[in-house]
Amino acid sequence: MGGAGGAIETMELTRMQTEETSDQAKIRELDAFIQSLGLDGRDAAGRRAVLIQILHRAQGLFGWLPEEVQKHISAKLDLHVSEVYGVVSFYHFFKTKPSGRHVIDFCTGTACFVRGIGKVIEQVEAQTGTKLGETSGDGRFTLGSLRCVGACSLAPVLQVDGKTYGRVTPEQVEAILAEYK
Amino acid sequence: MPLVNIIIDGVKTQVSSDSTILDAARKVNINIPTLCHLELHNKETVNRVASCRICVVEVEGRRNLAPACSTKVQNGMVIRTHSPRVIKSRRVLMQLLLSNHPKDCLNCYASGNCDLQTLSNDMHTDSNRFEGAHSDFMVETSSESIVRDLNKCIRCRRCETACNDMQTVGVLSGVGRGFDMVVGPAFHAPLEKTQCVFCGQCVKVCPTGALMGKSHVEEVWNAINDPEKVVVVQTAPAVRAALGEEFGMEPGKCVTGRMVTGLRRLGFNHVFDTNFAADLTIVEEATEFIHRLKHGGRLPMLTSCCPAWVKFFEHQFQDLLDVPSTCKSPHEMFGAITKTYWAEKMKIDPAKIVVVSIMPCLSKKYEASRKELSSSGHQDVDYVLSTRELGRMLREAGVDFQSLPDGEFDNPLGFSSGGADIFAVSGGVCEAALRMAAEVISGKELDSVDFEEVRGTKGLRHAHVEIAGMEVNVAIACGLGHARRLLEEVRAGKSHYHLIEIMACPGGCICGGGQPFVDSREEIEVMKKRAQAIYAEDAGKEIRSSHKNPYIQELYKEFLGEAYGEKAHKLLHTGYTSREKL
Repeated sequence: MGGAGGAIETMELTRMQTEETSDQAKIRELDAFIQSLGLDGRDAAGRRAVLIQILHRAQGLFGWLPEEVQKHISAKLDLHVSEVYGVVSFYHFFKTKPSGRHVIDFCTGTACFVRGIGKVIEQVEAQTGTKLGETSGDGRFTLGSLRCVGACSLAPVLQVDGKTYGRVTPEQVEAILAEYK
Repeated sequence: MPLVNIIIDGVKTQVSSDSTILDAARKVNINIPTLCHLELHNKETVNRVASCRICVVEVEGRRNLAPACSTKVQNGMVIRTHSPRVIKSRRVLMQLLLSNHPKDCLNCYASGNCDLQTLSNDMHTDSNRFEGAHSDFMVETSSESIVRDLNKCIRCRRCETACNDMQTVGVLSGVGRGFDMVVGPAFHAPLEKTQCVFCGQCVKVCPTGALMGKSHVEEVWNAINDPEKVVVVQTAPAVRAALGEEFGMEPGKCVTGRMVTGLRRLGFNHVFDTNFAADLTIVEEATEFIHRLKHGGRLPMLTSCCPAWVKFFEHQFQDLLDVPSTCKSPHEMFGAITKTYWAEKMKIDPAKIVVVSIMPCLSKKYEASRKELSSSGHQDVDYVLSTRELGRMLREAGVDFQSLPDGEFDNPLGFSSGGADIFAVSGGVCEAALRMAAEVISGKELDSVDFEEVRGTKGLRHAHVEIAGMEVNVAIACGLGHARRLLEEVRAGKSHYHLIEIMACPGGCICGGGQPFVDSREEIEVMKKRAQAIYAEDAGKEIRSSHKNPYIQELYKEFLGEAYGEKAHKLLHTGYTSREKL
């Protein structure tokens, strides 16, 4: 599954480009992408091999992976829905619930952990009234975690919508959250 | 394959180089314990995930212990299957598995048939050594057929292999990861909402009580003990060839007479036979087949006795709903006839009649709940019990099965031809239909009613049969993976068959999901023995063709009128529904 990083970049771009389009248009775009993979004549193993790539693209388009989209992909690839869901549910990266307007990802890698990301998470959870992995009731924030963004010298680190904040203290949380409405 | 020399526990042997250590050990009768490993039907289906590690062995010169199920032999290998290191590791593995297991064996349906329990007993290990987190799942009871208690699941994924590789139903998959990983349907949907066909092959291969048949024993006891109800029982052809095994009898012995007596002792008011309705099914189905042949109808015609198969094509081949015969399955026909013809004859209010089917099958439980199967004005069949459940009821009632005298079915719904007996085996419905079709089309009696060419235990078979100068091509599939291949040919317009018989379970109903449990490695042998018992039952009958059953002829004369006619259509035929894939 080469180029996972590349797929993530593409996803960010695609997310911005298609924010205003309807679900049908997204499905059309997804279908065009699947078409471009040239799956005709491939056996089940061959179709299985591109599943993660397609899920990446789909999440890029929709922001998450609704059941209907998973069913659509399973029909397109002639794989059982259970198999598609098995893969989706295995990877934390794939989201099965829609995200809030802003996504806060905490780095829980070793350096950030040691430098106290835990206290920062507690503070954000308290101020947003949301648990890690969930979306706030007002749809404003989704709290997630990731492992190491390669900025260990800035630990502890969090990202909001892809923007990185370093050496974060619990006291700074209020001001950071205020930037995102 | 070249041979290699190896030594296992001091025993020198030569095995093919593509063998695993487990294969080699079995060859010299050394028993390496396994749990997740599964081999079915001469290795046609194999679960080799090597996840439980219970089969670890020590290989000289190798640093780590090797899982015997998935490690290939190499020339000169020296293997020790029960060294102190091996035994110690296995015990720890077992203790870890048991640390997250309910251990309520006294209440467990699988007790006595549980690989985990057996192994744990054999190891004589401290099952409470490790304290840790416990799974806490709701027991899933959405369907009429299968109950899932994932707290007992050991994640061996045998069920997934049976469902996906053998049956190609594809409902089960590993979902989630780590401690929270479960084997289940997409979106954690309840089974009832999925394309599960309830064949029960997953229940058969589950090494614990995580997958169980749903029990309806209580409901049946209540009906028997309700003085307002007239409780009628019918027994599927395959039950008589296996029920004895529930009481320690050797496979391959038909216990028809004892079963009848046992049912009377339990308190059923009338003991009838699904075989009667199997004869009725043949008259309807063969007439439909002849009709399609003569009038340019849709061919091939597919049989429709198997409810798992019916549900399979409703989900997976929605474009082919006009191909299967519209005949209801025999026990449903029986229910419809009992609550109309027999009720009238006996002057009993059909609302008071409770029809109980004893079936080798779990899918029949689901089938009985299908709303449209109520042409009698009531649900045609009220309760379905599996062969295993009948065994349990008889034991609970203290019936000494082995010593029971033979009894006879009640009439008129208890008499049957040999053509009905063979419904139990793969190829039997096809053979019974040919027995009738050949005589009706040619207008002559057959010299021999034995169509040996359609018999056998292989998953996919085909034969040419000549009827009155006409070549009839038949195909037979048992196991839904094989059925899928035939259906794909039909879909592609490449099928040259006239008649296709499909049964969801390997070997047909004799190895159905409701039959007594069998060690999976012995299933083929047991399948053959049960089949022999059924063919002997058929050969011993005076009347071997369904249309010659005098009670069937009387039923048409007194009540139904013409075969495949209007009244028969209303009571004995049904339609199919396109269903979602999930």
